[in-house]
Amino acid sequence: MTSLPHPPDRRAGRRDDAPMAEVWLDAAAMTTREINGSLRALPSGRAVVTNPAGRHNLAVGLDAPLRVEIDGPAGHYPGGLGKRASVTVNGAAGFGVGENLMSGTVRVRGSAGQSAAASARGGTVVVEGGCASRAGISLKGATLVIGGDAGPLCGFLAQSGVILVGGDTGPHLGDSLYEAVVYVAGTIAGLGTDAVTEELNEHDVTYVKILADGYGFDHIRPEDVTKVVSARRLYHFDLHDNGAY
Amino acid sequence: MSHTFSPEVVAEIQERARLGRSEVRGWGARRAVPGFDDLLILTAGLSPAPLEGRREPCDTRTVLGTRHAEEPVVLDIPITIAGMSFGALSAGAKEALGLAATMTGTSTTTGDGGMTPEERDAAKTLVYQCLPSRYGFDPDHLRAADAVEIVLGQGASPGCGGVLLGQKITTHVAYMRDLPEGVDQRAASRHPDWSGPEGLRVKIEELREATSWRIPVYVKMGAARVASDVRHAVEAGADVVVVDGMQGGTGAAHNVFIEHTGIPTLAAVRLAADTLRALGVQDEVQLVVSGGVRGGADVAKALALGADAVSVGVGALIALGCNSASDDTGADVSLGYRALGTMPGSCTACHTGGCPVGIATQDDMLADRLDPDFGAERVANYLRSLAMETTMLARACGKASVHDLDPGDLVALTVEAAAMARVPLAGTTWIPGVTG
Repeated sequence: MTSLPHPPDRRAGRRDDAPMAEVWLDAAAMTTREINGSLRALPSGRAVVTNPAGRHNLAVGLDAPLRVEIDGPAGHYPGGLGKRASVTVNGAAGFGVGENLMSGTVRVRGSAGQSAAASARGGTVVVEGGCASRAGISLKGATLVIGGDAGPLCGFLAQSGVILVGGDTGPHLGDSLYEAVVYVAGTIAGLGTDAVTEELNEHDVTYVKILADGYGFDHIRPEDVTKVVSARRLYHFDLHDNGAY
Repeated sequence: MSHTFSPEVVAEIQERARLGRSEVRGWGARRAVPGFDDLLILTAGLSPAPLEGRREPCDTRTVLGTRHAEEPVVLDIPITIAGMSFGALSAGAKEALGLAATMTGTSTTTGDGGMTPEERDAAKTLVYQCLPSRYGFDPDHLRAADAVEIVLGQGASPGCGGVLLGQKITTHVAYMRDLPEGVDQRAASRHPDWSGPEGLRVKIEELREATSWRIPVYVKMGAARVASDVRHAVEAGADVVVVDGMQGGTGAAHNVFIEHTGIPTLAAVRLAADTLRALGVQDEVQLVVSGGVRGGADVAKALALGADAVSVGVGALIALGCNSASDDTGADVSLGYRALGTMPGSCTACHTGGCPVGIATQDDMLADRLDPDFGAERVANYLRSLAMETTMLARACGKASVHDLDPGDLVALTVEAAAMARVPLAGTTWIPGVTG
C-alpha cells in the first residue's frame, strides 16, 4: 500500500496575509551575493527582485516567512535550499528549481529546466509551464506540481512525496521509484523500470483536486489522472534484474 | 595449480554461484599496486643538514580553503578523517571519530546519510558532504558545518555510487535517508540537479550563497581521470580538491569496482599536484589526498608529492578497534568474526552490519561493544603518531615545516613508481617519461 500523500505546505505566504513592507532589489545593479544577503536579512515581508535576466542562484538558502518575487526569467536553482519562504519567478527558470527545498513554496510562472525540485524534502514546487528532463528526481518528501508537460525520467529515483503532472510525460516515467507517487493528467510516453500504474482511490482524487484547485490548474480532471507507483521489485539485489537497475 | 584459476578465483566464482550476484564488501583494493612503500625519503646529510629530530620546531599547521571562503579550515595537523556515513558506521563510531578529531585539532567528515547531532557536538571541525544521493541533506546542517565537500566519487568505486545493504537500513537510518526500511540502498552515481563542469560551477555558487560565502567548498573525486577532473573542479571554483585513490576504503561496494577501477593514490597525487601547478593555483587551491594512507611515512610522501593534507579512513577505523579480537569490554569477539566467515586482522565484512566490535553496524547490541570515549583516545593516539612520524621525517630532510617537503626529497624503488610519482629511480637520475 503506497502511503498517502501529505497535504501541500502553505506555511509561508498565505493569500489572506496582511500587506507587509516591500523591498525592491535591482539585479542589474547588484551581485547575486548582495541580493541574497539582502533577502536573508529580512525577517518577513515581501521582496521583489527586478531585472533578474536569467541570473543563477537567486533567493537560495532562505529561512524566513518571506514572499520573494523574481520579476522575470531566473537562471538555475531559484529558491533552492530554502525553508519557509514563498518564492515566485515571473518567467521561465533554469535547472534545479527549488532544489532540496525543505518547506515553503517555489512557483515558476513559466517553464523550468531539468531537475525541478531535485531532492526536495518538503514544501511545494509549482511549475506552471512544462519541465525538462528528470523533474522530481530523487524527491524526498516534497510536492511537485507541473501545469504542463514533463520530459523524460520524471520522478527518477523519487523516494517519497508527490508529483502531479498536468500535461503529458516523456519516456521512463517514475524510473526506479521508491515510495513517491506520480499522478499524470495527460498521456504517458512510457514507464520507467519498476514503475507501474495503480488504480486511483478516493484519497488520490481528493488530493489531486486539492493541488489542482489550489494552484489554479483547471485543466486537470482529478478523477481521470493516472497514478504511478513503484512495483518494489528492485528493492533488493538480484542478479536476474541485471539491466533493470 | 592454475594461475588463471587460482584458489582465490575458484572461491570467488563459487561465491557468485551461491549468491546470485557479484560480491559486495567493505575496505579498499586488496591487490598489490604501486604505492607509497615504493618510494623512499632522501633525508638530509651534509648539505642540507637535518634538524634535530625530536627537538627543533616543525610546523604542522594546515589551512584549507583560502581561495574564496571567509573562514578557511585551520587544522593543527595535516591529517584529516575521511567521510564515512552514519549508517555504514554506528553512531558511537561517528562520535568517537569526531572526538578524536577535536582532540588532535583536525577535522572529520560526515558521509552519506546526513549529519548526526552527536557528530556535530563531538567534532570541533566538521566537513559536511554533499553527495549524489543527498540522503538527509539539510541546509541547516550545511550552515552548521565548517566546510562542505561536493563528492563526485570515491576511490573504492569511482563512477558508481556506494551501497548500503538492507540489514543496515534500520528505522533510524531509513528515516534519515527517506528510504524504506530494509531496502538495499544503491547510492546514485551522478548528482540529481546538475551535470558537467558548468553545472558544478553553478552548484558551488549555490552552496556559497546558502552559506554566505563563509565556509570552504571542497570537491572530492575518485581517482580516475584525475588531470581533467581536477582542472574542471578548479575552474568551477573549488577551494580544495580531494583526490581519493583506488586503495581508498568503503563501507560497501562491488568488488569488481574496488579491484578494477581507478588509479593508485601514488599516481593520483602527483597528477593532481601537477595539474594545480600547471593551472598556477598551487598556492590558492589546496590538495587533500586519501586512499591507503597508514603511517607517517605515507603522510610525508604524499605531502612531498604536492598534497597539503591527507585523509585517513580505514586507518582510523583500525585504530578505533576494527579487526581487533576483543571489544571495549575486554570480551573476546573472535566468534563474531567466524560467524561472518572471516577472522580478526583480515575482516572486510563491513557490508554485513555484523561488525563484532560495534563499528560498522546498526545493531544496538553490537554497537554497545564500542565505547566512544575509549575509541576516541585510540584514534587520537593514532593521529598523533602519524603527525609525529611526519615531523620526524620532515626534520630529517632539513624542513622546518611538513609543508616544505617536496618531490626532491623522494626516490623510487621501482620503475613503475618512478614513472607515476615522477621522481628518480633510486641511485639514478632517471625519471621514466621525464628524463628519457
